[in-house]
Amino acid sequence: MLFSFRKKKDDFSYLPSSDKSLSDLAQDRFDIPSLSHTLSGKLFLREELPLKSHQLETLQQEQFIQTIPSITTNPNHCRRCGNTQTSLFGEIPCARCNSTHIYCRNCIEMGRVLQCEELYYWTGPKPTYSIPNEICAWEGKLTGAQQLAADRICQTIDQAKEELLCWAVCGAGKTEMLFPAITKAIIAGKRICLATPRADVVRELFPRFQQAFPHITITALYGGAEKRDAPSQLTLATTHQLIRFADAFDVMIIDEIDAFPYHADPLLPYVTKRAATKQAAFIYLTATPRKELKLRSDNGKLPTVFVPIRYHGQPLPEPQFIISLNLKNTLENYGLPKTFWNWYHNRTQANRQLLIFVPTVDHSNQLSQTLQKQLPGQNIAAVHADDSEREEKIQQFRNKQLFILFSTTILERGVTFPSVDVVVLDAGHDVFDQAALVQIAGRAGRSADDPTGDVIFIHDGKTNAMIDAKRMISQMNQKARKL
Amino acid sequence: MECVWCNKKIYPNVTWSTFLYPEKLAPLCHSCQGELRWIERADCIDCGRQYKDGAKKESNRCQDCNRRRETSQQFLTKNRSVFQYNEQLQPMITKWKYRGDYCLIEAFRAPVQEGFKTYFSDLNADTIAVPIPLSPQRLQERAFNQAEAIAQLLPLPTCELLKRVHGEKQSKRSRKERLEASNPFQLFKSTNKPVLLIDDIYTTGTTLQQAAEILIQSGCPEVSSYTLAR
Ligand SMILES: [Zn+2]
Ligand SMILES: [Zn+2]
Ligand SMILES: [Zn+2]
Ligand SMILES: [Zn+2]
Repeated sequence: MLFSFRKKKDDFSYLPSSDKSLSDLAQDRFDIPSLSHTLSGKLFLREELPLKSHQLETLQQEQFIQTIPSITTNPNHCRRCGNTQTSLFGEIPCARCNSTHIYCRNCIEMGRVLQCEELYYWTGPKPTYSIPNEICAWEGKLTGAQQLAADRICQTIDQAKEELLCWAVCGAGKTEMLFPAITKAIIAGKRICLATPRADVVRELFPRFQQAFPHITITALYGGAEKRDAPSQLTLATTHQLIRFADAFDVMIIDEIDAFPYHADPLLPYVTKRAATKQAAFIYLTATPRKELKLRSDNGKLPTVFVPIRYHGQPLPEPQFIISLNLKNTLENYGLPKTFWNWYHNRTQANRQLLIFVPTVDHSNQLSQTLQKQLPGQNIAAVHADDSEREEKIQQFRNKQLFILFSTTILERGVTFPSVDVVVLDAGHDVFDQAALVQIAGRAGRSADDPTGDVIFIHDGKTNAMIDAKRMISQMNQKARKL
Repeated sequence: MECVWCNKKIYPNVTWSTFLYPEKLAPLCHSCQGELRWIERADCIDCGRQYKDGAKKESNRCQDCNRRRETSQQFLTKNRSVFQYNEQLQPMITKWKYRGDYCLIEAFRAPVQEGFKTYFSDLNADTIAVPIPLSPQRLQERAFNQAEAIAQLLPLPTCELLKRVHGEKQSKRSRKERLEASNPFQLFKSTNKPVLLIDDIYTTGTTLQQAAEILIQSGCPEVSSYTLAR
């Protein structure tokens, strides 16, 4: 995939620009500063523009708004989302222009882009912000490792076109490490975007950022909360929302750069790059960088800062491999292997809740029922991606109303529980790649009160993913010891 | 080829016969196809409604239709619909018509044609298809009329005979209000041929009855209706 923001030449020259200054006429009729806040840095469909047609006409005459074709052909290219895949363009006999032409199916959830339409783009003055005296209200203290990373992030945003990989273990406390750099960028009048692959992360971060930056307007953009809000100085967004942006952000922070769908959809890196200004600094956050990024880091081509230790100062729990030769058979009959029971009855902290990862939804449902029969006194449930009660079950587990939770890989990231042991059944299965296994192991030992936890990989033959995951974890622990 | 709804790859069955005569790939994958439910019986011979299994049938007409007959408000000879408006179909129609993903018509093409053969084999040879129109403003927004898209799948000439005069935000009104609302259609052109009205969804039947009333009053000999879902 294309993480190589600098290497690949994406052509954004279709974005218009203008250096025309404001005529008296326009100055009288428009509140230009407010318009620039609303419109700057976004590509609009006509129906999304909050302007009457005579207003738009004047602004176009003044070259404060310019248009570009929405879809170009030979080959087909949606200028909004970057889609070039033939099967994701549809044909429509269009009643607006009375001809049959294409439209983009890839970004249709954000409002349909018809070939006969144009995209509107603000080319007037850029927005300016009034900077409050007090910016960051967070009063906590960064650990040594966090401070080191925070300093590097600060240095990076000072320099145009810089990149920084912040390789921070699960539980490192990455959000707080961003606060000094964000504060600095706000003072400099920059526009900052923190983009993350998943909407629930945006929802979770939004209140934390509001608390940390109480005098700054923060915009949260994610599907479902489809507000047409202007981006403020600080925007939290799913990477998908960046489809609407162009040349908007001076600091682009990409959280969990290795996570789905970002790493699987080449359009998301494309729109992310376009959403940033030409001089923008890029910060990539991850606990498990994928091959391309890791290679660039290892070769010294991508400046990297490590945060190898958790905020509570304890090392990461390293996975124990337990071989179970008849595993596939046992699981196929929806039974739990003997090795599991051996471990279960001998574990050191029998009161810790238990997270059990399984390869498929079917396993999750069936095995939870089997175990429930065998442990009738315990509350046991199973979750998967399309589970409508997912949020409730996670909440119940958090409230300790559930003792054991079975899950497919959906709980590998983001969700944290203070005190759990983690078991992966059939850790050699294809769905458990290196990143998934490291993330899963990272669920254990998250709280300062109980900073350890068992991580058990039950398998019937070690895979490279398992070995690589274990190596990645122990390398981080080695790095941590050297701090 | 990809499933027009879930975008997953669809693989053709390769057997000797499909190898020699490649089968035409369905627009929907197996699992999406499987979630769509046909209306299998017309428990009410007027509106084509299918009762939930086990419901008692005292008459071959439903209460609504009997009431319409008693008050001389039954202008449609009959209505038939292809699919039950279920949890699979509802988001498909929403995306098709409100998001404007025109291509989804491909998922409906064969069923609409199949259903037409089943329900309207006795149709008068002169019959013309009349799609329920959108207001000009809404047509501009959507860039296509979903009823017209369905009509064009049928082996009938399509004519625009009606105009929509005011708003069509039906869903926000109560059932009573909907029934009492004045007729939103105007005649654009009259006809002396039988008409098959086409719409995407049959909800209460009011919209179709109102359109039928206007056509009948202007000399149309017979009006039936056909919708994608109900
Ligand atoms: Zn697009
Ligand atoms: Zn058009
Ligand atoms: Zn499908
Ligand atoms: Zn009826």
